[in-house]
Amino acid sequence: MPRRLQIVAVILYEGFVEFTAPVAEPAPRRVGGRLHRFANPGRFLRLSGRVLPWLAWPGAILTAAGLVWGFAFSPPDWQQGETVRILYVHVPAAWMASAGYAGLAVASLFSLVWRHPLADLAAAEISPVGAGFTALCLVSGSLWGAPEWGTWWVWDARLTSVLVLFFLYLGHVVLVRAFDNPERGYRAGAILALIGAVDLPIIHYSVQWWNTLHQGNSISLIGPSRLYITMLWPLLIASLGFTLVFAAIVTARLRAAVMERRIRALLQSRAEAAEVVA
Amino acid sequence: MSGWPYPHWPYIVAAYALAVVVLAGFSLAAFLRLRRARARLAAIDPRRGRGQDRP
Repeated sequence: MPRRLQIVAVILYEGFVEFTAPVAEPAPRRVGGRLHRFANPGRFLRLSGRVLPWLAWPGAILTAAGLVWGFAFSPPDWQQGETVRILYVHVPAAWMASAGYAGLAVASLFSLVWRHPLADLAAAEISPVGAGFTALCLVSGSLWGAPEWGTWWVWDARLTSVLVLFFLYLGHVVLVRAFDNPERGYRAGAILALIGAVDLPIIHYSVQWWNTLHQGNSISLIGPSRLYITMLWPLLIASLGFTLVFAAIVTARLRAAVMERRIRALLQSRAEAAEVVA
Repeated sequence: MSGWPYPHWPYIVAAYALAVVVLAGFSLAAFLRLRRARARLAAIDPRRGRGQDRP
């Protein structure tokens, strides 16, 4: 074989070997590590202390503006008359019932997968607030249904799936507090929250999948709204206000929970130190 | 707002009153709980004097 041909063959062979050699796998991205940076209680308290007023005050102002606008200044509906004003309570409450559960499911995922130290507390603090907003959604819906449908309740898909959501919230509230070991309660609650998340698409699409007495979706994130602009604006403002108030309540409860955990740890360490001295 | 007296106003007022009760109730409870926890932690945590909100 001529010398030049040999050189070309060697180069090609080495190139082939290099090309086909197994590449060392890149180090897995430490998502949990990055998230844990924000799990430091001191850092969380400092950050949340700055954020909380920016959630609470705009939330209170927007909620008040949306509700007053909806109650006193928005036009009556051509078909439902004045009763349509319940929309400005019912829809934001329904939105927060679903969004709150989505937040609960995300916190549960962080808790189960990455063992995020604050995720357990966040889930435990979201569920009672979510249950309250879901109850508001159900009761305001009944108050709307009584004069419009002639009944307080029907077992149609939308109402029933939201009632299931309410029970999921209550189940989570009870489950995380049902064990002597809080860690077991958090794990059980996280599993329940993740399984229950299947209810969210059912709620959303229930008015399309089944023939329901409940009306279809009036507003959409991707399509045109079926609400007239004079009704849409107060609804959007009230919805934004409810969202901020919900976030403020959960943040305040979470701050209190972090402080309470610190208090328990301090008291326990003092009691142990006193036992050692004795 | 029009149509007073309107037979459905009690339902409307009840829905708004309930919204105010739920939102104000949760907000007040969270605020009081936070204030209580902050005061209690400040009383027993030796590090609290050095910086705000340090657990």
